[in-house]
Amino acid sequence: MRFRFALFVLVLLLGALPAWAQRDDARQQVEFGIEVAQKGLWKEAVYRWERATQLDPTYAQAFNNLAIGYEQLGQMDKAQVAYDRARALAPDNAYIRQNIELFKELNERTARARPTP
Amino acid sequence: MNARPAPARHRRAPRMLAALLGLTLSACSTTVYEVVIQAPVSAKLDVSKYQRIYVAGFVAGPSDDLDASMETVRLLRNQLRNKNVLRVLDADAVSLTDKAQELAGPNAGPIPVTRTETDLDPYTKVFSDTGYWRTVGAELDAPLILTGTVVFLPQERTGFVQREQETYDQFGRRQVVPVRTYMERKGFVLRPTFVFIDGATGEQVYSESFREEILYNSNQQTPALSSYFELMDRLLPSVLNTLTAQKVRGNRVLLK
Repeated sequence: MRFRFALFVLVLLLGALPAWAQRDDARQQVEFGIEVAQKGLWKEAVYRWERATQLDPTYAQAFNNLAIGYEQLGQMDKAQVAYDRARALAPDNAYIRQNIELFKELNERTARARPTP
Repeated sequence: MNARPAPARHRRAPRMLAALLGLTLSACSTTVYEVVIQAPVSAKLDVSKYQRIYVAGFVAGPSDDLDASMETVRLLRNQLRNKNVLRVLDADAVSLTDKAQELAGPNAGPIPVTRTETDLDPYTKVFSDTGYWRTVGAELDAPLILTGTVVFLPQERTGFVQREQETYDQFGRRQVVPVRTYMERKGFVLRPTFVFIDGATGEQVYSESFREEILYNSNQQTPALSSYFELMDRLLPSVLNTLTAQKVRGNRVLLK
């Protein structure tokens, strides 16, 4: 009986393996992205994080990093979209919330100018 | 009675389960990396047709704390010189007080000591007087003119303040808990409007308003001038960003 249960669990877990494999690939891309971002190679990092989000569109951390990469490259609209996605995927993640707050502050500081009519 | 050894495949199953569990747990854990970013922000105004800039002075109410017009002129000239975007003219600042008062109409009276943030609003018509600014511009060979209003006010506030308190649980994990405390605080509000005027035509090309405030514990004695510079420090990147591309620094957390 115990063996059957273990087998059942195993089958369930094996069924989930392709998703794990995708996540694993995505994690590798994210890790490499972090490594190159720390060396200042932000374009490469953004490419890696974009790849990670394609491999695993449920990977909130990848969207968070991608948003930061876009901020660094000055692509604020794309950063906003990526942050929105990260927040939707992990609404309770305090780090993502903190990044979004800081992004909003930066965005407001730079965008609150009003052109003369 | 000897227990019969389990077949090899039976023995492998728990190991595989453990491995898969480990993989799941590692997928759930988050590693954080703090990084500093420098977000580029392009200039808001095309200044390619100007070679020089003249910081003309600001409309500001009289104050015992500081001369907001003079301090703002001095600070902006220094900052613009450091940025080296346009040549900064050293000409004396114009006295806008009389002109602003004249244009505000007979009912407006002299510029008052500012008590509220809107006290200077009636005196802003001077920035639309193209003839006046064309004359100012003609004397200096048509530079870009920077002028505006500066409201700098003391303020006091009492009430509950939410601040974040750091705590550590029994496992040594850091937690940030919001705590509400009743506090009496005082400080200052800075509300400047920067107006950019084309010295050749006398017309406004751009204007930008800001509002920043700072509050301290009521027992803390902070000079007005220090607070003014602290508040201006927050605005300056955005003001300078009108004329030149800027990089805004910020801390972010990368996640794995």
